[in-house]
Amino acid sequence: MTAFEAIGLTRSYQLEGVSVDALRGVDLTIGAGEFAAIIGPSGSGKSTLMHLLGCLDRPTSGILRVGGVDVATLDDGQLADLRNRTIGFVFQSFHLLARTTALDNVALPLVYRGVPRGERRNRARAALEAVGLEHRLDHRPSQMSGGEQQRVAIARALVGDPQVVLADEPTGNLDSRNGAEVMNLLRRLNGENGVAVLLVTHEREVAEQAHRQIHVRDGRIEHDTGGSVTLA
Amino acid sequence: MRMALEALRVNRLRSALTMLGVIIGVSAVVILVAIGTGAKDAIEREIAGLGSNIILVVPGQLNFAAAPTQSRLDLGDVAYIRRVVGDPTRVTVSVQSGETIRVGRQEAFVTVVGTDQYVPNVFDRPLRRGRYLSETDVDTRRRVVILGSEVAARLYGDVDPIGRQATISGVRFRVIGVYETVGATFGVARDQEVHVPVTTAQRLIGVARINGIGIGASGPDEIEPLRERVVDALVQRYPGEKFSAVTQTQLLGTIGSVLGMLTGVLAAIAGISLLVGGVGVSNIMLVSVRERTKEIGLRKALGARQRDILGQFLIEAVLLTTIGGVLGILLGVGGSLLIQALSPVPASITLWSVALAFGVSAGVGVFFGVAPARRAGRLDPVVALRAE
Repeated sequence: MTAFEAIGLTRSYQLEGVSVDALRGVDLTIGAGEFAAIIGPSGSGKSTLMHLLGCLDRPTSGILRVGGVDVATLDDGQLADLRNRTIGFVFQSFHLLARTTALDNVALPLVYRGVPRGERRNRARAALEAVGLEHRLDHRPSQMSGGEQQRVAIARALVGDPQVVLADEPTGNLDSRNGAEVMNLLRRLNGENGVAVLLVTHEREVAEQAHRQIHVRDGRIEHDTGGSVTLA
Repeated sequence: MRMALEALRVNRLRSALTMLGVIIGVSAVVILVAIGTGAKDAIEREIAGLGSNIILVVPGQLNFAAAPTQSRLDLGDVAYIRRVVGDPTRVTVSVQSGETIRVGRQEAFVTVVGTDQYVPNVFDRPLRRGRYLSETDVDTRRRVVILGSEVAARLYGDVDPIGRQATISGVRFRVIGVYETVGATFGVARDQEVHVPVTTAQRLIGVARINGIGIGASGPDEIEPLRERVVDALVQRYPGEKFSAVTQTQLLGTIGSVLGMLTGVLAAIAGISLLVGGVGVSNIMLVSVRERTKEIGLRKALGARQRDILGQFLIEAVLLTTIGGVLGILLGVGGSLLIQALSPVPASITLWSVALAFGVSAGVGVFFGVAPARRAGRLDPVVALRAE
């Protein structure tokens, strides 16, 4: 069982008539339950890769299977559904709805799955408890620290029981202590719940906490420490 | 729905200002239509107040814009029409002139109407005191007068005028009656008329002509055949000349359609302001979409489909306009009642205008909300997430 399988993945953009190749052929397999980091300098194509893996964008060419499904066969609605059910996102700048409580922020993905309100709240509460924020249910993002906000975001990524959590520079906006806490949380998630975690970062220390490092440069995978180390 | 309410609450001032456009539009529709309808009702009441099933015969072509044609009808023609109608008591006559009436030092300029004993059979003209003209009054050219209620009040105040003297153009008359207040018809203040026997009036004014004949049909079904019969008979008697006979139905029809059109025009003007309000909604929704690009990106990343986003923004727009619509209706109804209470302009609130204004405002929400909502739905999540 694999979380992601990419074969010859490319993505190019048209910028003012000039074609820019952000990804130039990526072959990558991420197994279920893996804890991997994509590392590379800015402009290396790591964000583009993450957007493709997260089904936020479609590849220009190549094949991408998410949870065994070829995304090229899905329409926009099915793609949205795939994002909702199999992928949890954690962003560098948290992306919480500003005037909404932690509980409602966490429950948001379930709204789009048609889960009834009562159950949404129960599951959101459980997810917030899992990240140690049971005392912050009715707080708004502005009433919480950066570390707490990112933990709310992680709870939101978890609430839908995804197969993979995609974390884009999750510690980028946090101080080292809060950053460490978030990394601990992600590691625990991976270890205890068996959720695959794919980090995107440019910080070597962060990347090294993952079990596998995938170095990206100039739109290609330069070095992969653990292509064969597939757990489970 | 809750999300939409929340979004509107977050931007209270902006939502309120946007709604204001819709509120003004909707209330303008309600108020203007109420005034238009009120005016129409008032005039229809005036026409109906004349009496029922009346046919008015006048020489020449009836034309509201031109001065009346020189009359060639006289009392002989009235007798002829009475024979045509078959029942002489349902035909009455009128000759008019503006004259000064004087009692002691009090004087008033009034319309002297020469008529006969059949007035109450044709017109709805109740007496407050005294009696109507009699056959003898007309036959013997008596100098008796029935006063309109305003004339009576002006000349005699609280004193009972029955049996007292009044001087019209230097000729002394005896007051035999006072009419009830009946109001105005087409700007003719009927309470400022005085009625004298037609024969007396002809001598007073110095004419042998009469101005018009009023006929009371026995029922609504008789009006049209009787009207044709009378006009045909007159044309037969005076070949080559034109006579008009108008019925209340015709008057109601003409006036009604004119005022209906006026109401429509007013409603259309108000509708334009509603449209402008709609453009405001559209504009604000576009701003809102742009401002919340990141939120849209996030929602999409979390699994929102295009139609989820579209629905969210559409509900917001519709909510904005329907809340505005409801407030506008309240304002419009309140404004109409206020106008009615504080000014002589009659206002009559109609259900259709309220329903229409509400429907249009909700429709405006959908129509002007669709474009921004579609734009929101189509946003590329990657681009949207990156927006700062």
